[in-house]
Amino acid sequence: MIRSLFIAKTGLEAQQTNLDVITNNLANVSTNGFKRSRAVFEDLLYQNVRQPGAQSSQQTQLPSGAQIGTGVRAVSVERIHTQGNPQQTGNAKDVMVNGAGFFSVLLPDGTAAYTRDGSFQSDSNGQLVTSSGFVVQPAITVPANAQSITVGRDGTVSVTLPGTNAPSQIGSLQLTTFVNPAGLESKGENLYVETGASGNPNTNTPGTNGAGVLMQGFVETSNVNVVEEMVNMIQTQRAYEINSKAVTTSDQMLAKLSQL
Amino acid sequence: MDRLIYTAGSGAKHILDRQATTANNLANVTTTGFRAQIDSFRAVPVVAEGTLPTRAFVVNSTVGSDFSSGPLQATGRDLDVALKGKGFIAVQMPDGTEAYTRNGALQMNENGLLTTTQGFSIAGEGGPITVPPEVSVAIGGDGTISTIATTTKPGAPTVLGRIKLVNPAEQDMVRGDDGLFRLKDGKAADADPTVAVAGGALEGSNVSPIDSMVTMISLARSFDLQMSLMKNAENNAAKATQILALG
Repeated sequence: MIRSLFIAKTGLEAQQTNLDVITNNLANVSTNGFKRSRAVFEDLLYQNVRQPGAQSSQQTQLPSGAQIGTGVRAVSVERIHTQGNPQQTGNAKDVMVNGAGFFSVLLPDGTAAYTRDGSFQSDSNGQLVTSSGFVVQPAITVPANAQSITVGRDGTVSVTLPGTNAPSQIGSLQLTTFVNPAGLESKGENLYVETGASGNPNTNTPGTNGAGVLMQGFVETSNVNVVEEMVNMIQTQRAYEINSKAVTTSDQMLAKLSQL
Repeated sequence: MDRLIYTAGSGAKHILDRQATTANNLANVTTTGFRAQIDSFRAVPVVAEGTLPTRAFVVNSTVGSDFSSGPLQATGRDLDVALKGKGFIAVQMPDGTEAYTRNGALQMNENGLLTTTQGFSIAGEGGPITVPPEVSVAIGGDGTISTIATTTKPGAPTVLGRIKLVNPAEQDMVRGDDGLFRLKDGKAADADPTVAVAGGALEGSNVSPIDSMVTMISLARSFDLQMSLMKNAENNAAKATQILALG
C-alpha cells in the first residue's frame, strides 16, 4: 500500500508517546522529588529508491537520487535531573538534597534503590523509612524517647534524650551520586535503580564530591514546569492533528484510486 | 491500449513517493534538529526514433535538504546545545568515519563519555570527550566544554575539550540512511571556529507545517487529476470498443 499512510502513522504514534510523557509529568506535578521526563525523537531509516551518483549512461551520472524517509520514532524518554524547589514543611524528618545526590534505600528483596524523596517517617522499630516503608541506608534508628531529632547539612543525625543537655549522635545519612543519573531506571514509588548506563553508585558524605548538602525541614518539590508542559501539550496536539491530516489525505488518494 | 494510462500511471506513482516524503517531514515536525527533505519532480521525455516527442514521464528525486535554522527552544538542561546559524556537530561513528548532526541533545554514558541520543560518541577537536564524575558541566559559545569541580573550593574551571563543529558547503552534504549527514566524498570536514552554539537550548525541526500541508493538498489534487486522466483513457477505450462492436 502507500507509504505515506504508514509514515503518518509513525508520526501519530510519536506524538501519542509525547503526550503520554507530558501527562505523566503533569500528573506528578506535586510529587516530592519527582524529575520530569522528556521524550526524544529521531527520524527513522531512509530508503534509497534511486542511488545518487549512479551511472545513468556510460558518460553521465544521476545528479540526485530519490531518498524516502520512513517516519519518526521515540528513541528515548530521558529524565531531566535538575534541582526541584525547596518547600518548607517544618517536619523534622523531612530532608531535602540540595545537589546531585540520592538517598539510598533497601528494597525488601535485598537490593538497593535510590530516591530523591526525603520525606522520611519512622516505622514501628523507630527506623527511618521512606513513605513506602523502605529502610533508609545506612539504617538509622530513632530512640523511642527522643525529644527532638536534628539532621545536619553533612548528614549527621542527632537526637536529644530526656534528662541530658547534650545531643547524642545516632548515625549519619549518606548520599549516592552517579556519573550519568539520566541512565537510572525508574521503578515507580519515587525510586530509581542502577543500570549499566548510569555507572556505579558512589557513596559520599553530604557536602562532599558534589553530592549536595541536606536541608532539614524541607522537601524537594517536583521539577515539572507546568507552563512548559502546557506549551508542549499544545504543540503535541497540533502535530498530532497534522499527521492525522496526512492519514486522511492518503486515504482520500487511495479512495480515488479504487474508484477507477 | 492508449499510452496515456502509462503516462498518467507514472505521474500517480511518483506523486505517491513524494507524498511519502511530505508525510515523513510532517512526522518529524517535532524531531530535534531534523532538516526537512526536499523532493522535486523531473520530466523524462520519451522519444522513439521517427516519432513526435509527445510524451514525458515524471520521476521524483530527492534534491537535498532544507538547511535553514529551526526554532530554538530553551530547555535549561546542561548538556543541551543548539547551533546558532549554520554548522553541524561532528559525530564519531563506530567504523571510524565522521557524520554530522544538528541534534544537540547530548547524553553521557556510564563512563561519562559524551554521546548523541543514538549512542555514537561526539567528536571533540582532540578526540572523544569524557566528563569526570562529580563535576558540573558548562558548554561555551564556541563548543568548549568545561567543568567546575565541586570538590575543591573555590571551584577551578577545567577545560575538557571542544566539540568539533563544522560548516561544510551545503551542497556537499548528503543525508545517510540513518538520518545523519555526511560529506559526499566520504571525507571528514575541517573544524570551523566560527560556528557558534548556545547551551541549555535545543533546535527544533525546521519543517514548516504550512508548506508541507500545502504540498500535501496540492499532491492530492494532482493525484486526482492523474486518476481522472486514467478514467478518460478508460472511457475512450470503452467508446472505441463500442464502435467496433457496432461494425
